[in-house]
Amino acid sequence: MSSEPKKEAVEKKPEDSKPTNDKTTEKPAATKPAPKKVPPKEEPELPAFEKGIADKIIENFGEKTTISFVKPDRVGIKVGRDAVHDVAEFARDVLNYDHVDSVSGVDYPADKEIEVVYHLSSYTDPTLSRQILELATRAQREDKPIPGNDATRLPSLRDIFYSVEFHEREVFEMLGVYFEGHPDNRRLLLPEDWADLPPLRKDFRNKGR
Amino acid sequence: MSTPILPPGLAIQKADERIMTLNVGPQHPGSGHMRIIVQIDGDYIVACDPDPGYVHRGEEKMAEYRNYVLNVPHLERPVIHDSCNVLYPYVLGVEELLGLEVTERAKYIRVIAAELNRCVYTMYWLAIYGIFLGHSTMFMWPAGDRELLIDLLEKMTGARVTHSYFIPGGIRNDLPANFEDVCLRQVNYFEKRIKEYADVFYENPILISRTEKTGVLTRENAIRLGTTGSVLRASGVDYDVRKKEPYDVYDELDFETNVMKSGDSYARSRIPWLDMMESCRIIRDALQKMPKSGSVRVKLKPNPKGGFDSVYKRVESGRGALGCYIVSDKKPEPYRVKLSVPSFRNLIALPHLLIGEKLGNMPSTYWSLNYWPVEADR
Repeated sequence: MSSEPKKEAVEKKPEDSKPTNDKTTEKPAATKPAPKKVPPKEEPELPAFEKGIADKIIENFGEKTTISFVKPDRVGIKVGRDAVHDVAEFARDVLNYDHVDSVSGVDYPADKEIEVVYHLSSYTDPTLSRQILELATRAQREDKPIPGNDATRLPSLRDIFYSVEFHEREVFEMLGVYFEGHPDNRRLLLPEDWADLPPLRKDFRNKGR
Repeated sequence: MSTPILPPGLAIQKADERIMTLNVGPQHPGSGHMRIIVQIDGDYIVACDPDPGYVHRGEEKMAEYRNYVLNVPHLERPVIHDSCNVLYPYVLGVEELLGLEVTERAKYIRVIAAELNRCVYTMYWLAIYGIFLGHSTMFMWPAGDRELLIDLLEKMTGARVTHSYFIPGGIRNDLPANFEDVCLRQVNYFEKRIKEYADVFYENPILISRTEKTGVLTRENAIRLGTTGSVLRASGVDYDVRKKEPYDVYDELDFETNVMKSGDSYARSRIPWLDMMESCRIIRDALQKMPKSGSVRVKLKPNPKGGFDSVYKRVESGRGALGCYIVSDKKPEPYRVKLSVPSFRNLIALPHLLIGEKLGNMPSTYWSLNYWPVEADR
């Protein structure tokens, strides 16, 4: 359960796998549009509207946020965990995003962090109807988690976007990220007597595989 | 004082002499595999706590062990009756990650399959909605008419419900010979049949008196709670992903979205029925505009890999917007797959609809949410 070579290789050295796969690695990497380099102004064909959204956030929050990508209809912002509440409030009040489509937790054991990704979208603003704003923030990861009682914590966005209520409950039980300020941090999908690791962490292995 | 500590809902909680706690589900055939803990004061619901999770199967975890193609058959399992639409955002996402270009004919066939599937799902949902209200004709008719479209899908895909038809890069196999004529005939007959439901069900004064002005969700709440699909459109918000962010060839097809203002159970149950007629229109239009020949899938390398990238795609399924978030890390298996399913998103509205309602209105309100327990649990 603890040390597989697989998860150390995450994001670091992808070429360490079997030799049969080596020849296929070149092609998909080449067809990818633009790598997620941080300053997006260097690339000439960036969609203007999406870049405007990203620039507004950068203008207001400066170095607390970084743009991870600007694609057609999609803007990705990385936010520090102390600023995520403010950025979400800005996205609702100034940028007119009114609900959250999805909240996903992604475990990065190599970085000792768990990323929580909010996909914001808008029903009321017709200019934003195609847009998804991806707010990603990271919580500290514990090797031996005690969900709810360790340092894996993030501020809840429930007071800004009511729609995250069940999503954040799911992320809490599946990855052990406790949302401070969430009114109801009970289990949702897992059984009440679940006593193993949060199952979507990478060190939780499916039995029999 | 050695009373055992029971999970919430199992203990009989008496906060007040007047309040009684009831468990609805998870074994009740009406609730599906989920439990609703309701507290009632006399006949009125004063508190409601939905408790999903009885059919949680860890689809997202399973997806991290299988490569992009092997994920296809099990990721459609959350809603087998709507299997094409459940798979759709995943397939679109993988195509973007791998840089695959889908042929025009495959796109049209996908749209036809997705719309047929939407009707199949909605008919199943409608049958159960009918039996929830004690209307057994409305159980028999949709369950029977659904077979028309299942036959069509069987001709296309080889399977009655779990099709695994969409794969990254197109579809699994081309249409059989003479499919267009058979499809057109069946769909026309199907549309004629569902129009007859107006007399027996949707214009029926008993149904109207039981569902009108019950379980009202206001427009503001529908937006604030992030509901989607028929629930959202029944509350007066015109948002359909097929129109707002067209995928594949939906921007070339001719259809309308159905919006109602009242936000009650009646509107929520009527919208999927109206959507089925639009689906028939889409299918006829797509059959006409579809290229008559050509390849339907691109050849995939064994164990294809994406770069360090993430993608979020969404489609309009039979229940609402269905999103799929895929993170890839240059391995044949996805690093993380998240399905953002409409049932799970709509569930949050259930307490808002039920509180203040009579207990007798609970089944119709609950099922009008277009909620599919297995999908919400994944």
